[in-house]
Amino acid sequence: MSRYIMVIDTKRCVGCMDCVVACKTENHVPEGFTRDWITETVHGRFPTTNLEIRTERCNHCANPPCVHCCPTGASHVHARGGVVLVTPEKCIGCKACLAACPYDARFVHPKGYADKCTFCIHRVENGLDPACVSVCPTRCMHFGDADDPQSGVSRLLAARPHHPLLPEAGTQPRIYYLT
Amino acid sequence: MTEFTLFRHTPGIDPTLHIWGWEIPVYLFLGGLVAGLMILAGARLLIMRPHERQAMVCCTIGPLAGLALLSLGMLALFLDLSHKLYVWRLYLIFEPTSPMSWGSWILLLVYPALLANALTHLPETIPALAKRAPMLVTISDYILARPRLVVAIGLANITLGIALGIYTGILLGTLGARPLWSSAVLGPLFLFSGLSTAAALLHGILVFTTPDAERPEFADFLLSLLARWSQARPLDTRIAPTLAQADNSFLTIELALLGLLLIGHLSSTAVHQQAAWLLLTGPYAAVFWIGVIGLGILLPLFLQHLELQHRIRHTLAPSLLVLTGGLVLRFVLVNAGQASHWAAMLN
Amino acid sequence: MNALSRRRFLKISAATVVAAGMAGRSSRALAASATPSGGTAGVRTIPTFCDICFWKCGAIASVRDGQLWKIEGNPLDPLCQGRLCPRGTGGIGAHSDPDRLRAPLIRTHERGEEKWQEVTWDEALDYIAVRMKQIAAAHGPEAMALFSHGIGGTFLKHTLKAYGTPNMAAPSFAQCRGPRDVGFRLTFGDDVGSPERTDIANTDCLVLIGSHLGENMHNTQVQEFATAVGRGASIIVVDPRFSVAASKAKFYLPIKPGTDLALLLAWMHVIVTEKLYDADYVAKHGFGFEQFAASLTSYTPEWAFPETGIDPDTIRATAREMARHHPATLVHPGRHVNWNGDDAQRSRAIALLNALLGSWGRKGGFYQPSSMDVPAYPYPPYPKSGRSKLDNPDHKHPFAHEALTTGIRDATITGKPYPIKGWMVYATNLLHALPNEAETIRAIQQLDLLVVVDVIPSETAGWADVVLPESTYLERFDDLNPEYFRQPFLGLRQPVVDSPHDQKPNWWIAKKLAEKLGLGAYYPWQDIEEYLAHRVTAAGLSYPELKQKGIILGQRQPLYFDEGAPAEFDTPSGQIEFYSLQLEKAGFDPVPRYTPPAAGPAGSFRLLFGRAPMHSFSRTQSNRLLSGLMSENTVWLNHTAATRLGLKTDDYVRLRNQDGVLSNRIKVKATERIRPDCVYMVHGFGHTSRGLRHAYGKGASDAQLVTRYQTDPLMGGTGMNVNFVTLEPEV
Ligand SMILES: Nc1nc2c(c(=O)[nH]1)N[C@H]1C(S)=C(S)[C@@H](COP(=O)(O)OP(=O)(O)OC[C@H]3O[C@@H](n4cnc5c(=O)[nH]c(N)nc54)[C@H](O)[C@@H]3O)O[C@H]1N2
Ligand SMILES: Nc1nc2c(c(=O)[nH]1)N[C@H]1C(S)=C(S)[C@@H](COP(=O)(O)OP(=O)(O)OC[C@H]3O[C@@H](n4cnc5c(=O)[nH]c(N)nc54)[C@H](O)[C@@H]3O)O[C@H]1N2
Ligand code: SF4
Ligand code: SF4
Ligand code: SF4
Ligand code: SF4
Ligand code: SF4
Ligand SMILES: [Mo]
Repeated sequence: MSRYIMVIDTKRCVGCMDCVVACKTENHVPEGFTRDWITETVHGRFPTTNLEIRTERCNHCANPPCVHCCPTGASHVHARGGVVLVTPEKCIGCKACLAACPYDARFVHPKGYADKCTFCIHRVENGLDPACVSVCPTRCMHFGDADDPQSGVSRLLAARPHHPLLPEAGTQPRIYYLT
Repeated sequence: MTEFTLFRHTPGIDPTLHIWGWEIPVYLFLGGLVAGLMILAGARLLIMRPHERQAMVCCTIGPLAGLALLSLGMLALFLDLSHKLYVWRLYLIFEPTSPMSWGSWILLLVYPALLANALTHLPETIPALAKRAPMLVTISDYILARPRLVVAIGLANITLGIALGIYTGILLGTLGARPLWSSAVLGPLFLFSGLSTAAALLHGILVFTTPDAERPEFADFLLSLLARWSQARPLDTRIAPTLAQADNSFLTIELALLGLLLIGHLSSTAVHQQAAWLLLTGPYAAVFWIGVIGLGILLPLFLQHLELQHRIRHTLAPSLLVLTGGLVLRFVLVNAGQASHWAAMLN
Repeated sequence: MNALSRRRFLKISAATVVAAGMAGRSSRALAASATPSGGTAGVRTIPTFCDICFWKCGAIASVRDGQLWKIEGNPLDPLCQGRLCPRGTGGIGAHSDPDRLRAPLIRTHERGEEKWQEVTWDEALDYIAVRMKQIAAAHGPEAMALFSHGIGGTFLKHTLKAYGTPNMAAPSFAQCRGPRDVGFRLTFGDDVGSPERTDIANTDCLVLIGSHLGENMHNTQVQEFATAVGRGASIIVVDPRFSVAASKAKFYLPIKPGTDLALLLAWMHVIVTEKLYDADYVAKHGFGFEQFAASLTSYTPEWAFPETGIDPDTIRATAREMARHHPATLVHPGRHVNWNGDDAQRSRAIALLNALLGSWGRKGGFYQPSSMDVPAYPYPPYPKSGRSKLDNPDHKHPFAHEALTTGIRDATITGKPYPIKGWMVYATNLLHALPNEAETIRAIQQLDLLVVVDVIPSETAGWADVVLPESTYLERFDDLNPEYFRQPFLGLRQPVVDSPHDQKPNWWIAKKLAEKLGLGAYYPWQDIEEYLAHRVTAAGLSYPELKQKGIILGQRQPLYFDEGAPAEFDTPSGQIEFYSLQLEKAGFDPVPRYTPPAAGPAGSFRLLFGRAPMHSFSRTQSNRLLSGLMSENTVWLNHTAATRLGLKTDDYVRLRNQDGVLSNRIKVKATERIRPDCVYMVHGFGHTSRGLRHAYGKGASDAQLVTRYQTDPLMGGTGMNVNFVTLEPEV
């Protein structure tokens, strides 16, 4: 078994959005849509300010409500790495999965089906990192198998404090942010 | 001091979810209404003896209206789909965790159940139809000759009605990502709202058909046309108080359930509290308090109370108010639900 | 001087690289290929290098079924290490830009009305050649000036030199890094260079004074910055704005804009008085240290406090922090340093601080770069001009070692020391790049000929008589890039896809124009590849290999003094000049001296500007991929100030500057990330060219508001952070 995850170092990320452009070109994401995005959170008062920048995308949740609510099986968990995917030819465009995702990770592709991050499974299956990971100039993104204790991501999680997004929502997200 | 900036402008998602327009609230409303009609019509089959059922509004008229309204609702649902050509995919699979999937299968069963219910007394209700299609008489006779089949049809309508009604609420209720919707109360709430609108519809039809000096002339004209075409006997209006009574009970329960929903949210996490405030004081408060609570529940409750006390005559007003209130309830919950978010926790 | 390491390198490279250099010319038919990524069928990959900014990262473009698909970093490239910045990744949007210029245009109405007639290349070039000949006949060839920015200008420069003019300038000096290079030359005898020779990857303490790495996306710098952050290097950021870099810092110093020199002097005061400097290094390499040290006595942290707003304890703590890590402490020299007009002296203070810390020539400080020696093409000699350059008459700014754009502009307006009657503008949007638009337009109105070569209808193109549409960098060959870096290497730009319309590459334009001017002899080669192959072969390298890999690496040279890099300083004293006799002789302060910046009108905010990671200056706003990430700029306003003005985030306002100029509407970003006495905006937005349909009117232009500038007396740089604005709510 494998369980693909991402580990992202917020200390290094500069919010440049290279990951966003790379995803758009790699995956032909249509104009006006994005599969990944950036958030900035500022705490404190100037000049004792604190800024956290995060690159976000589908969390490939281990308990994915988007898959549970899908009436056609279009949204499914891929055998490889537990990646959550959509099969366009099965999708009816009911948008239940969009409403079910607490991260707003999905959108309706102009062609009508639900679309979102695929963890670039087409690259991963060829031994490459996802496009966003491979382009990041600060090398703050890491992709790998959480079930392999020797993987880079497992070691990073073991070594540094981290948090996923919205664990309260109960989806068991699989992207971890090092802080 | 917290500043949160989201660098994303995905259509339908940002700044808040707005993937569902008028189609889904309309569908949820009509689905609830049909569910209510099924339950009332099913109950009638079980409770009343055959000769009592004749010429009653619940009989035939309810299920027939249900068939039409459900078709309208399904049309709205279909219009909402963004990948329409693939709609048949719904019927290649049953997804036990997906209320949408249940819904599509429930809808498939609802049609024959409603149809059977309608056919049971169709020849007596609309004799003209029976004359043109003798098949209808044969079917009706076949059903009525088998009391256990009648019971089965009644039970099926009640069961499927409850399923349909609850499902329209559960559909939203399982979408935990939208705090306003994430409540088990939504199922019963939509069920009882459906029942109240169904009772109001039937009550309204009765009031409308009851001869009355003050009834507008166009209504008389319309009804005379209908009577001539259908050769039907006038509807038995004695059941009107019963329907008003039932409607008031449903409305009371609906009110209680709404209270429960909000109290549940207010005593939950910050995001759920925020979701409740969207309705109570936020951008949806005016529509919620006036449209749903005031005009949609309290006023008809009061008016029907007066009707039952014979202080005023039965009028169309409460029915129209309840029906509109039911529709507004769906709109408000769908829209405010889409606006409710976990974002507060993300910052 | 640069030549030092180059010359040294020459000897060795000649020995090492010749063995490999047996390749001759290659033909265009030799299709380039490189390692594919993704393993998809129907995909062709072609190495080239990026041109969305001047960093020139090695890139590999993928073309799928004839369509440009994506661009990734070339893993062989030492600059980018296989990773491009967002602008590079989004560079394919330049090819598909719907607003691109498609055919040559000749003006049909008044200048600036943006009314054109499409013509053929022949007609356009004939038109230009005729007028250039008239100008040469009437005023001499020196009356033509060339503004050109970036590597694509090589061939036009060649044509104009052959034509006989010495007047050519780029905004990269007087509007960008000029003061820094002057300050460092005066101190160490050498420039910082581009790419900068900053050893950020190995530094233990990085001091950023306004350099907003992470927003400024110069690729190598950002990558190394992240490495430094990852290694836990101590980061000190001085900026009136809480930049992204500031959010990674151990010390953030929210300085009052324009007062950095006071802080630098106080830091040096602490380091000198507490004897924290690298005494051996200073003794060995320093000149005039005693006089320098004596000049610092009054610059105590207590003195600097009211100037800078930085409390004395923090000044002391950060000075000690720098000293603790020296010599692996890097006080970053910055790049766009034209702020207040005292910039060369401020840059010199940065150089001096680095000298005290012993970081020049040391690991974690400034390394010694080297480049490959690629001989120039053997052209015939240029005609000797009777008149010298006119951008800096009488060496008014004695330390300007490059030409001044604004000097050419002044001369065009005044006609002194001699008239300028024609401008050729290549790949620079002067109306966004130079301060005071009105002056630029006034100069343009003096011209008999304005030619603009661009890829999109820029504001400057809007004023042109002839607009020439160039192929983008993805559609053309350019000159070779023998980069001057940690590891020497040679990079090739080659076409990846065809130009979509009637666009032509600069080399073709330059060559055709030369022929029409009767200067065909200056282009002995027929095709650009003949030129490229000739040079590559002359360097002892293989052109086919270069085409195939995009990059050929040279031999690594010693980077630091203790590795054997030569500790030589090309200053008059041959040493690091703590005290500068040449400055003294020219009548300037031999050691930097602080003068407080002039305050603005009451109730106004100082206007600051900078970069957003996904945009390059004014050139990417119509790129659909990049503008999708940021379609308009915002004006950053301190939250408390915003509340006082009744403004909140996303409210539209217009900015009015001290001279009454009113900007386009722009959204407010009310934030805790900036001081209350200044506002900040990203440069390059607020396009007014109607041809830029997708960028027109989006956001506001800082350039429009920079009506005032303070000229640096040493070198003629134009300090532009001297404008003040008020905010007017848009109703
Ligand atoms: N107000 C203000 N002024 C500034 C700055 C600032 O921040 N604020 N920054 C200063 C700095 S640091 C610099 S370096 C300069 C930069 O100044 P410029 O180099 O002038 O930068 P841009 O404004 O991007 O203008 C570049 C022009 O070249 C065109 N172009 C792009 N690619 C090509 C190509 O392949 N071929 C041709 N022919 N044209 C091309 C673009 O369309 C654009 O019109 O500006 C300086 N001026
Ligand atoms: N994404 C992107 N990256 C680029 C470019 C681009 O166009 N886009 N252009 C490249 C080029 S050519 C250049 S020159 C560089 C320019 O980039 P840099 O040299 O890094 O920065 P500047 O433009 O000089 O300055 C902007 C920063 O200085 C701060 N600042 C303003 N006034 C003061 C002051 O008085 N004191 C201090 N301490 N800080 C101040 C501003 O708040 C802002 O953070 O960027 C390069 N990188
Ligand atoms: S590319 Fe890397 S540094 Fe840039 S925003 Fe994405 S994750 Fe952050
Ligand atoms: S992040 Fe959203 S779309 Fe992705 S798996 Fe989780 S719930 Fe589904
Ligand atoms: S939109 Fe498509 S993927 Fe999403 S729930 Fe509906 S059918 Fe499934
Ligand atoms: S993993 Fe692939 S699909 Fe997902 S955000 Fe990154 S580039 Fe896009
Ligand atoms: S820094 Fe970015 S824009 Fe500049 S050359 Fe490199 S990849 Fe291109
Ligand atoms: Mo620059």
